[in-house]
Amino acid sequence: MNDSIMGLAEHLLGADQPIEPALDDAVDDQHRTVAAIEFKDVELAFDDVVVLDKVSFRVRRGETKIVLGGSGTGKSTIINLVLGLLKPDAGRVIIDGEDITEYDEPEMMHVRKKIGMVFQEGALFDSLSVYENVAYRLHEEGVDEDQVEHEVRRMLRFVNLEDAIDKMPIELSGGMRRRVGIARALVGSPSIVLFDEPTAGLDPPTARTICELAIKLRDLEDVSSIFVTHEMNNLEYLSSEYAVVDEQGNVEFETEGQRLCLINTEVIMLRDGKIAFSGKDEQLRMSNDAYIHRFIRGK
Amino acid sequence: MNPVTKFLYELQEVTFLTWRVLVGIKRGPRYVRETIDQMDEIGVGSLVIIILTGFFTGGVLILQAYPTLAYYGAQTQAGQGVATTLVRELGPVLTALMVAGRVGSAISAELGSMVVSQQIDAMRALGTSPVRKLVTPRVVALILTMPLLTVASDIFGLIGGGLVAKQIYGLDTGVYTSGVRNGIDIDDVIGGFIKPLVFGVIIGLIACHKGLSTSGGTVGVGKSTTSAVVSASISVIIADFFLSKMLQTLFKTTLF
Repeated sequence: MNDSIMGLAEHLLGADQPIEPALDDAVDDQHRTVAAIEFKDVELAFDDVVVLDKVSFRVRRGETKIVLGGSGTGKSTIINLVLGLLKPDAGRVIIDGEDITEYDEPEMMHVRKKIGMVFQEGALFDSLSVYENVAYRLHEEGVDEDQVEHEVRRMLRFVNLEDAIDKMPIELSGGMRRRVGIARALVGSPSIVLFDEPTAGLDPPTARTICELAIKLRDLEDVSSIFVTHEMNNLEYLSSEYAVVDEQGNVEFETEGQRLCLINTEVIMLRDGKIAFSGKDEQLRMSNDAYIHRFIRGK
Repeated sequence: MNPVTKFLYELQEVTFLTWRVLVGIKRGPRYVRETIDQMDEIGVGSLVIIILTGFFTGGVLILQAYPTLAYYGAQTQAGQGVATTLVRELGPVLTALMVAGRVGSAISAELGSMVVSQQIDAMRALGTSPVRKLVTPRVVALILTMPLLTVASDIFGLIGGGLVAKQIYGLDTGVYTSGVRNGIDIDDVIGGFIKPLVFGVIIGLIACHKGLSTSGGTVGVGKSTTSAVVSASISVIIADFFLSKMLQTLFKTTLF
């Protein structure tokens, strides 16, 4: 991360201590050449139904890969494979240069520590408060309670929900639940965040808020992510806007081309378990493929 | 899937779950707080229904058996009959059936709801094993509380029997108590502890397995809950037969 981004991250997360770069530049450059997520000819079928058929793609560090596709095309399956919740029938799944295809559950527990997951409905633990939900990972690791509270408040500030810290999930609106889910996923500063249709069923302004959080993570936190969605508005936001911090330290969203060109967001579209498209959003919009055309325009 | 294949598949899954629970107990992390919470929920929460069940079962045993015993002039054996029947069979089995109904359904519904709302996936994504966090504390809590609940059921069953014998049939309390003492020996007490331990394992594993294998949304939660109670109840009754035979062989006893 460069200095401005580091400063930005400190500002956003309200860290008391400056964030030190973990690696020097040379090592960092070498590190960045390794894909955060890589699928190599992944195949998966449930009984006779082929869900993924020789799917290959890479998610670079700091990149957001938007996975589009209709219902039942295997979008969420990709996320479950990254998390090791499902195992492929063939092919390789590589996370941070580590081939996790054959990993058993205890080995996956180690890998999952560097992955944050935002579920479709938030998947908050009903019996735990917002504080306990966000603190879950830290409590499991036996972190000191003062440190836990500090971290939880920091994450809830990031999603603008610090006031809801003592509420129970049942008291939250759909959008708030998703944002708490994002805060929970970000605890432990994962380098990879997976979004599984995080805006499904939300009103447009709330959906926009969720996308802004994903944009901030991408541009200001250098997080690699897979953003599964079937909503074109999300594609529009994520592939045409970027986050910057103004001179007063406020986060602003600018449109691509205004000052910068957005190169860290790509799209793949799934169809019948295969990748029907892979590339930039502009290429997607210009595609002559009838399925893509219909998906984008709805007719 | 035909019924035999389905049964073998379920048996395999429960066996795997048992293995993972054992590994979880050995390796940790151990969720002591969750286990204590579950003991409170299962043990204390079930106490009232177990006491009522035991009390009225003891009462009805005397109500039905006393006239027959009196016909043969053996009414002084009433306490012995109730004690043996309750401690060896009805206490453990009825307690297990009540717990299967109350706790088994609750466990299955809770875990099933967590599955369909992706909370189990979230737990795994956050680096926690659902078996260690959710299943092991429940199974351990059942193993620890079932014998205690059974003892409560036995005691209140004997009290219920004594009250009915005294109030309805006018049997002297000393005669009843003496019969109870004659009816129970150390083998019965040991057997009365072994059975609930096994029943606790059966109820816990079946309820957790059914809950964790829930599919098909809220309808699936209902189905897995029903299935958990039915499977656990039938398994308890079948296991009781084999345990009784085993204990009879072990202690060389018969019913009377």
